[in-house]
Amino acid sequence: MDIDWTRYPCADLHDELVAAPGQGRAPVADLLTDLAALGPDELLARQEAANVAIKEMGITFTVYSEEGGTIDRAWPFDIIPRVIAKDEWDRVEAGLKQRVQALNLFIDDLYHDQRIIADGVFPREVLAKSANFRPQCVGVDPPLGIWAHICGSDLVRDADGTLYVLEDNLRVPSGVSYMLENRLVTKRVFPELFEHYAPLPVDDYPSELFDTLAALSPRPADFPQVVVLTPGIYNSAYFEHAYLAQQMGCELVEGRDLFVADDDCVYMRTVDGPERVDVIYRRIDDLFLDPEAFRPESMLGVPGLLRAWKAGTVGLANAPGAGVADDKVVYAFVPEIIRYYLDQDPIIPNVPTYRCMEPDALALVLERMETMVVKPANESGGYGMLVGPASTQAERERFAELIRRDPRNYIAQPALRLSTVPTIVKGGVEPRHVDLRPFILSADRQRVTMGGLTRVALRQGSLVVNSSQGGGSKDTWIVPS
Amino acid sequence: MLSRVAENIYWLARYVERAENTARIVAVNANLLLDLPRGIAPGWRPLIDITGHNALFEQHYKEYGERQVVRFLLGDERHPGSILSALLAARENCRTIRDIVPREAWEQINELYLFAAEDLQRGMTKGGRHGYLKRLILGAQTITGLLAGTMLHDQGYRFLRIGRNLERADMTTRIADVRSASLLPEETPDLRPYDTIQWVSVLKSLTAYQMYRRSEQVRVQRGPVLRFLFQNAEFPRAALHCIDAVRASLECLPRNEACLRVAGRLKRNLASADLARLSPAELHAFVDEFQADIASLHAEIASTWFPPPLAEAA
Repeated sequence: MDIDWTRYPCADLHDELVAAPGQGRAPVADLLTDLAALGPDELLARQEAANVAIKEMGITFTVYSEEGGTIDRAWPFDIIPRVIAKDEWDRVEAGLKQRVQALNLFIDDLYHDQRIIADGVFPREVLAKSANFRPQCVGVDPPLGIWAHICGSDLVRDADGTLYVLEDNLRVPSGVSYMLENRLVTKRVFPELFEHYAPLPVDDYPSELFDTLAALSPRPADFPQVVVLTPGIYNSAYFEHAYLAQQMGCELVEGRDLFVADDDCVYMRTVDGPERVDVIYRRIDDLFLDPEAFRPESMLGVPGLLRAWKAGTVGLANAPGAGVADDKVVYAFVPEIIRYYLDQDPIIPNVPTYRCMEPDALALVLERMETMVVKPANESGGYGMLVGPASTQAERERFAELIRRDPRNYIAQPALRLSTVPTIVKGGVEPRHVDLRPFILSADRQRVTMGGLTRVALRQGSLVVNSSQGGGSKDTWIVPS
Repeated sequence: MLSRVAENIYWLARYVERAENTARIVAVNANLLLDLPRGIAPGWRPLIDITGHNALFEQHYKEYGERQVVRFLLGDERHPGSILSALLAARENCRTIRDIVPREAWEQINELYLFAAEDLQRGMTKGGRHGYLKRLILGAQTITGLLAGTMLHDQGYRFLRIGRNLERADMTTRIADVRSASLLPEETPDLRPYDTIQWVSVLKSLTAYQMYRRSEQVRVQRGPVLRFLFQNAEFPRAALHCIDAVRASLECLPRNEACLRVAGRLKRNLASADLARLSPAELHAFVDEFQADIASLHAEIASTWFPPPLAEAA
């Protein structure tokens, strides 16, 4: 059986590669023909080669098993790339920089004068309810005034082709190692397509990340001691922590490798004795970072770390407390935040978001709940959400009650129809829904990954791109227009 | 190098060595029992005596039978010295330092653990045991060789060598001690041939028989065998050779004064002992003291270079 693009179902959706049945989308309009020329058997063989490469390269993610142990699973990957034209990407990149710049100003303001609240743009009660605001950080001046040095923002495209920001991850976003490994694998399995379409390279990320971190060093020196702090091998992103440390040539440390001495400086325990640490790329959540300042029972952190950071002897990325802007209700205010601090219109729109705290919005949400996704402010991982189109009458009634009782805690968004990319299945290709997570680095200057990590829901019709729930990923190509 | 990483490498080497030595003593005991007359055969208990885990064993098993002892030594996860436990521990230690050791070594350790677990039932049968143990010993040797041949010989490798050689010295002396003390009654003329057989088995369990022959050129008997296993400087499983290797590695590490002092004492005691003249009871006391010295050398190494224990650090 051959691949017949004229029968590819993409009528009421935006497909990233197929503009209309039988017709490729610029700038890689011929890619469909190339894939069809290979045929389903050859594609499957190459997919198999990619799977073998992934296993050999040891690209894994960790899944928690019921017996309490953990297992490494190979990272599910689909070889057909997701493609974005360079001119569109330039706009996205500018939009992401704008967004993260404003968010950093916002975080800094919240921990200092709170002008945005005094000026009536951001409601004080939203801050009061924030689970990620850290009173311990009030008044702190982190290096360069920046709090979120590494941000992963999730982008989705709706049926009409509009690209939206779905959320911003400002705490410890992960996935960038898979973006890098996906590229290596794709180069192996599609060398000829690669040569022909010449997607822009992504592999300078580790050195960009190192430069970003090094810029936070309190000791201006040529070789600042930068380390990656991991919770340990049982963390689901451990592969990435080890990978990034290795790629940057940094030590991968655990909390017990570090200590804060009487001089308020951070040291790591080495065979040669204590060695001063300048910058910590921490992949541990705020609350586990320092048992003296946050949760006293945490075994993962470093006692006194917050004290050292406040004293300015060590750089922390991301800064503790940066997560305050990583909140679903705060998200709803990002367009206002951008206008307030930068006096600019947002380049990339938010998904239209109804804040249930506003009476008009509340009425609308309650009336059209079956078309909406309702999210509580401080839950993550899809917990406590209502997906309107898939809900029952009883669920909607229960949620209506919850919202009426505590409207400030809820936002609602119209359910989007995520864009698709052709994905290999037995006997051919079928559309599967995708999102995109680019990473934005901010220090002395801002840098954005060339593309990002495209996550794909491998199950037919599914919108869940999460790797623990049947999601996989694809290489992301930014191709000159 | 991070202290925690140094510690992980050290334990990785010790656990791989422990798995190998345990496989050796089981293999040789099985072989020995086939050669000894039933009445005087010591059975399987001496193997548990070698490990020193008698209390733990008796907690879980009623008698020192072949099945029980072999299960305890090969596959009992409650026994930290069992081959399976040791390989699991080696694998977990290696997992956290995958960026330090060559990828092939990690794969080999992973594979060896999986083999030990999956083929355990075969190892428990009389017929399958030989092949199972042989593959484990070879697998451990492969890991040692891979690391020696492909890893940077930097600080990390020093810790690897220290761990391996301390474990090896410890096990060699344990084997000699238990065999000497508990196998046979005092020199009985009509048991002389069997005496030889058991010392041959001790040598074989350490792959030392051939090297003993080349090096000593006397028949196999207690005195020269003990000298060979404790004091030979050329045989890599001899205690003295192991301690020399430890000392050489310690020399390359910073802040090594205290450790070198302990290691020096260890070597002097070892080299000056007149082993042939020691009665089994005196030998036992000597070995006890030697092992206590090894433990204090380990403690000195840990306090010099390894991170403080978790409870203390927190």
